[in-house]
Amino acid sequence: MIFDQKPVMARVAGKTMHNPYFTTLFFDFAINFHPGQFIMVWIPGVDEKPYTISFHEKDRFGITIEAKGIFSRRAATLTPGDMVGIRGPFGNGFDIIASPHAAVVAGGCGMAPLAPLVERLDPNLFFVHGARTKDFILYPRRFAAKRHFTTDDGSLGHRGFVTDLLAAEIKRRMDQAQPQFDMVYACGPEVMMHAVFTLCEVNGIPCQVSLERYMRCGFGVCGACVCSDRVVCTDGPVFHSDQLQKMTDFNRTALLKSGQPVALSEYVSWRCQ
Amino acid sequence: MISFLGKQLKNPLVLASGILGNSCDILTRVHDAGCGLVTMKSIGPAPRDGHKNPTVIDLGYGMINAVGLPSPGYAHMDAEWQALEDRDFPLNASIYGGSVEEFSRVARFVSARHPDFIEINISCPNSDCHGMLFGVDEKAAHAVTAAVKKVIEVPLIAKLTPAAPDIGRIARACEDAGADAICAVNTAGPGMVIDIETKMPVLAFKKGGLSGPMIKPIAIRCVYDIFRAVSIPIIGVGGITTGEDAVEMFMAGATLVGMGSAVRYRGIQVFDLVNRELNNWLAAHETTREAVIGAAHHPAGRTTHDPVSIAKDLSSQYRKNTP
Ligand SMILES: Cc1cc2nc3c(=O)[nH]c(=O)nc-3n(C[C@H](O)[C@H](O)[C@H](O)COP(=O)(O)OP(=O)(O)OC[C@H]3O[C@@H](n4cnc5c(N)ncnc54)[C@H](O)[C@@H]3O)c2cc1C
Ligand SMILES: Cc1cc2nc3c(=O)[nH]c(=O)nc-3n(C[C@H](O)[C@H](O)[C@H](O)COP(=O)(O)O)c2cc1C
Ligand code: FES
Repeated sequence: MIFDQKPVMARVAGKTMHNPYFTTLFFDFAINFHPGQFIMVWIPGVDEKPYTISFHEKDRFGITIEAKGIFSRRAATLTPGDMVGIRGPFGNGFDIIASPHAAVVAGGCGMAPLAPLVERLDPNLFFVHGARTKDFILYPRRFAAKRHFTTDDGSLGHRGFVTDLLAAEIKRRMDQAQPQFDMVYACGPEVMMHAVFTLCEVNGIPCQVSLERYMRCGFGVCGACVCSDRVVCTDGPVFHSDQLQKMTDFNRTALLKSGQPVALSEYVSWRCQ
Repeated sequence: MISFLGKQLKNPLVLASGILGNSCDILTRVHDAGCGLVTMKSIGPAPRDGHKNPTVIDLGYGMINAVGLPSPGYAHMDAEWQALEDRDFPLNASIYGGSVEEFSRVARFVSARHPDFIEINISCPNSDCHGMLFGVDEKAAHAVTAAVKKVIEVPLIAKLTPAAPDIGRIARACEDAGADAICAVNTAGPGMVIDIETKMPVLAFKKGGLSGPMIKPIAIRCVYDIFRAVSIPIIGVGGITTGEDAVEMFMAGATLVGMGSAVRYRGIQVFDLVNRELNNWLAAHETTREAVIGAAHHPAGRTTHDPVSIAKDLSSQYRKNTP
C-alpha cells in the first residue's frame, strides 16, 4: 500500500526508455488512484518532485519522466532494483464523463496524466497529441482510440498546433449539426492549455486542464503551489472552466521556489540549482 | 467582533504563519473561510529559495518540516504588497532576519505597507542562522523586539519557540521590550525521521520542526507558562484542529487561537468548522470565550464563569502585571 504520509520506499520494477527524452519507471505496488492524480517521488540524496501516474494496473503503476534538469535526468538513469520514496497519490484528478463526445488534447509530456484518462473514456473520443517532432511522441502504440498528431516540424501528422485540429473539429461538428463536445480535457504547456481553454470558452464547451506549479508538501499546507486563490496540489491539479475563468494567474503568473510571483515564461525557464 | 490590539477581528481564529504563503488571493480565501486574522509567511531580508525537498512530511499525528524560510525578500513583492494594501481583512505580517539590523530593515519596510500587525519570527528552527537564537535567549529577544518596536507604526507580536528552556522569561523579555502580544508556539523540536530502508533522514535538511496534534500538549504548556509571566495577550498556536482544542488553548491563557497544520487535516474550511464547534461548546457550557481565557489558572474546584471575578482573581493572584 502507498500512503500520503511519509515516503514509502519502492524498488523500480521495470523501465521503458521511450526515446532519449522520455522514460517510464514501473513499480509493483497497488495504489489507489484516479486519473490525473500525482505522487511525490523522492530520490534519496537528490530531491523530491511531483509526477503524475501515467500507467495504472491492479498491482503496478508507472510514471513517465521527461529529462529536463538535475532531478529528472537522475530519475531517468534509475534502473530496476533502485529504491525511491513515494508519497501520495495527491490531488483531485479528472472528472470522467461517460459521453462519447469528449476530446483529449495532449501537448508533449502532458500526455502522461492524460493516458490513464484516455483508457477510461469512451473510445470514440476525439484525441489530439502534439509534440515538437515525431521523436517526441509518447506511447506511439498504446491506445485503442484513434489519435491525431501534430508536430512543430511536420514530421508526423499536421504541422502546427493541437488547437488547429481541435478548432477544426469543433467547427465541423457545428457545421454538420453533429453533437458538440460535452467536455475537452487538456494537459501540456500552459500556453497550450490556455489556448484550448479560450477556444472552448468561445464555443461554450466546458474543459478541464491539469496545471503545474512548484510543489513542496503536496497536501495543501506550504503554499508553494498557489495559483490565484487555488491550491494546485489539493484543489487541483485539474481545474474546470468555471474555476479557470476566475484564476487570473492562469497562463500569467507562477511562484518561484522562493515564493516570488513571476511571469509564467520566467517560471518555465527557471531551473533548480 | 473581537477587539485585539485596537483592531476588530470577526472571530478569534488566526492563520499561522507559513501556511498557504502570502499572496493576497489565497489569504482572502482563508479569511472568507472563517479566519479572523491571517498571518503571512515570514518575509526575509533577501530572496531565498529554502531547502531542497523533501521539506514537509505528514506523519499522521502531525508533521515535520524544514522548508528553510523561502522568501522573495521584502523588496521583491511589489505586486503582492499592492494587492494587500487594498485588502478588506486584518493582516498580520510575519518577518525574519539574521541579525537585529536585518530585522529592523525588514520591519521598517513592511510597516510602511500597512499590515495591521507585525509578527517577528524569532523562533524558526529551520535555518542555521535565522531567528532561532533570538528566541532562546532573553537578552537577544529583548534586543530584537526593542529594535523592531522603534521602527514600526503597528502593534508588534513576538513569535516564540517552545525550545526555550523557560519560555515565560522570553515572553517577559519581549513584553518589557515593547511587544504588544505574544504568539506561541512555533514548531517544536527539531525532530528527525529516518527512512530505515535507505538509512537516510527523510528531510533534505535532515532535521525539522514538528507541528500538528502531536505538539498540542507542548503548546498548551507554553501558553500556560507565558500567561503567568506577562500581561499582554497571547495568540496560542500548536496542534489545534478542533473547537475543543481551541477551548483548551483559551483555558491555558490564549486570547486568540492560531492554526496551521489543521489545514492539512480538515482543509481550508477548518476555520468555519472550528468556529462552529467552539461556539457550540461555549453555548452548551453556558459560557463565553472571555470567561474561559486563562480558566485553567483558577484554584482547584473553582467553577465560576463570571469574567469580572475571574479577571480580578487572576490579576491579583497570578499575573505579574495588571492590565
Ligand atoms: C502535479 C504535477 C505533475 C507532474 N507530472 C509530471 C510527469 O508526469 N512527467 C514529467 O516529466 N513531469 C511532471 N511534472 C513536472 C516535474 O515535476 C518537473 O519537471 C520536475 O520537477 C523537474 O525537475 P528537474 O530537477 O529535472 O528540473 P528543474 O531544473 O528543477 O526544473 C524544471 C522545471 O520543473 C518545474 N519544477 C521544478 N521543481 C519542481 C517541483 N518541486 N514541483 C513542481 N514543479 C517543479 C519548474 O517549472 C522548473 O522550471 C509534474 C509537475 C506537477 C506539479
Ligand atoms: C510548512 C510550515 C511552514 C511554516 N513556516 C513558518 C514561518 O515561515 N514562520 C513562522 O513563524 N512559523 C512558521 N511555521 C510554524 C507555524 O506558524 C506554527 O507555529 C506551527 O506549525 C504550529 O502550529 P500548528 O500545529 O497549528 O501547525 C510553519 C509551519 C509549517 C507546518
Ligand atoms: S505543495 Fe504545499 S500547498 Fe501545494
